[in-house]
Amino acid sequence: MRRFREWLLTLPSFGWLLFFFFIPACIVYTFAFKQADITGTTLPGWSFNSILTLFEKQTLVLAWRTVWLCGITTLISIFIAIPMSLHMALSPPALQRKLLLLIMIPLWSSFIVRIFAWKIVLHPEGFVKGALVYFGLIEKSTPLLYNDLAILAVMVYSYFPFAILPLYSAASKFDFHLFEAAMDLGATWQRTFFTVYLPVMFPAILTAGLMVLIPAAGAYVIPEIVGGSGSEMLGNIIARRVLLNRNLPEASAFSLLLSALIFVPAVMISRWRTSQIKRYN
Amino acid sequence: MAASIVFDNVSKRFGPVTAANNVSFTVEGGSFFSILGPSGCGKTTLLRMVAGFDTPDSGKIYIDGQDVTKLPPNQRPVNTVFQSYALFPHLSLRENIAFGLKIAKKDPSFIRQEVDKMLSLIQMEAIADKFPSQLSGGQRQRAAIARALVNRPKVLLLDEPISALDLKLRQKMLLELDLIHDEVGITFLYITHDQTEAMAVSDEIAVLHQGIVEQAGRPCELYESPKSSFVAAFIGDTNFLDGTVSTTGVEEYSQLHIEDFPEVLCYNDKKLSPGELIHLSVRPEKIRISLERPPEHTLHNCLQGTVEDVVYKGDHTKYWVRIGGHRLGVTQQHSRFLLDIKPIEWKDEVWVRWHADDGYILERYDAVDEKLVEAPSEKVGSIEDELEAAEEEAEQ
Repeated sequence: MRRFREWLLTLPSFGWLLFFFFIPACIVYTFAFKQADITGTTLPGWSFNSILTLFEKQTLVLAWRTVWLCGITTLISIFIAIPMSLHMALSPPALQRKLLLLIMIPLWSSFIVRIFAWKIVLHPEGFVKGALVYFGLIEKSTPLLYNDLAILAVMVYSYFPFAILPLYSAASKFDFHLFEAAMDLGATWQRTFFTVYLPVMFPAILTAGLMVLIPAAGAYVIPEIVGGSGSEMLGNIIARRVLLNRNLPEASAFSLLLSALIFVPAVMISRWRTSQIKRYN
Repeated sequence: MAASIVFDNVSKRFGPVTAANNVSFTVEGGSFFSILGPSGCGKTTLLRMVAGFDTPDSGKIYIDGQDVTKLPPNQRPVNTVFQSYALFPHLSLRENIAFGLKIAKKDPSFIRQEVDKMLSLIQMEAIADKFPSQLSGGQRQRAAIARALVNRPKVLLLDEPISALDLKLRQKMLLELDLIHDEVGITFLYITHDQTEAMAVSDEIAVLHQGIVEQAGRPCELYESPKSSFVAAFIGDTNFLDGTVSTTGVEEYSQLHIEDFPEVLCYNDKKLSPGELIHLSVRPEKIRISLERPPEHTLHNCLQGTVEDVVYKGDHTKYWVRIGGHRLGVTQQHSRFLLDIKPIEWKDEVWVRWHADDGYILERYDAVDEKLVEAPSEKVGSIEDELEAAEEEAEQ
């Protein structure tokens, strides 16, 4: 009876996952094995043509660029978020709430508007470029916009709040007596940070990484707006296949590839977690 | 020669709160020294200043003759056992104990040998590879002690290390701590709010109250000759009697006038003169109680009263005897088979007596401290009233 009641309670969430995640994903992936029709629908029967396009050289280049852009975005975000979250957790509670608010406020305005704002910031006539040229840090001909670096900067800006949140929540639960204990045992502050804080925070760091990696991998607006012609990501090609080419099978095939790219690290992290839980309990 | 700790006029304030107010005392090298006080009295701050986590606003702290007041924690010859143990959750028990030696860049074979020695001292060789989350409370506590001791500190600081354990385990761990102290022979500075703990293991105790050392000394000195009403009431149980010196008579004894009492005789070591106000502390177990009038004795104070409350505890009984406006607490140890004796019951007219040497004149008296004395309430609901009154007084 109790079992039954438990089932009854979890049923809605299972239903939600089934109808709004599992079935739609299956539909999307199924389309990858169909053949495109010129009118934007699919022809009857099955085909591997779309899947085969994944193994073309230009797809691999695109996939690799997506991987390294997302990877570096994730790394930079974590590097910024770790000291920031630590600082927040060590602040007085009232200040903690204010800092958290400051991080959340940009998320309340439109994503597109914020990216266009970056276009103004990095514009060839903009003040950032002017200042950098004035101090002789860059040449007047060095472009700030429409390249991989611009994408990277905007991606880090857009997604690192997602890294702050899990890291801050873990850091605020961190037992700072461990710092005192380590220093009491002769460790310096730096040593304590690397031998105690980072290892204890490692699960949260992984979560933060995933929180950045997943939206970053699907990004297509950012490369569309601040990227150049040679800095497309998988997200762009999917959007183009759906919106311009009306080629749903190819769009699905690229989605399958993108899912696979995220699936691998996600599964690795989840398996590592399970092994840790077994180890400590 | 084990290291001493000297507090020299140490003061520390946190905003409006004075955690330490001109604290001066010396911890003898090799002793088991306790800092005892109620929560919020500043005892943890004193320990943190020895460990280096807090620095005094003024005054100096010396460890083994060396001024450590400004030294960072990682350069002090002390190690701490934290109240929450603060074991590293990502390291096994063995790695936890080895932490300090690794930081000190000791030879791996030396580390292994020392850690093994510690593991055998705390009897935990079999579970050396477990993680803190897999250990019980008592095991974590021993692990925290081992992690500190392995570094051979000059002083071991213990911040209420057994307060998180349940009663039976607490008593066992206390005796173990004493054993460990005998074994390693270094100075232990022990912080506690539990006076029985402190009395049981300490060579010396400093009683701290509102940032001030009320009294420091051997446990029996504190118990037998408390300087203040706070010490008298916080350590053990007592009766407070207020009065005036009426005559200073034979030898060092004085007659005291206490309201509703016949003249009370007391040993006057404070050399007070007639007319001076005094506060007397008489421990309940120093007072004898009997149904018959006891034989006359020149140095005995003998009073008659009515039993108002009887609390039977098995090995002893506590009686509350009404004499005029006073209620005296009297404990009687039962050394004989109780069922053969005519018991003292409620409403019985009884005689109480104590030797003139057993009343102790306090140097300082504060009426709030009477709230610390355990007494049955006068009427139902009065406990809340008393607590509220005590809180209000404390706020003022």
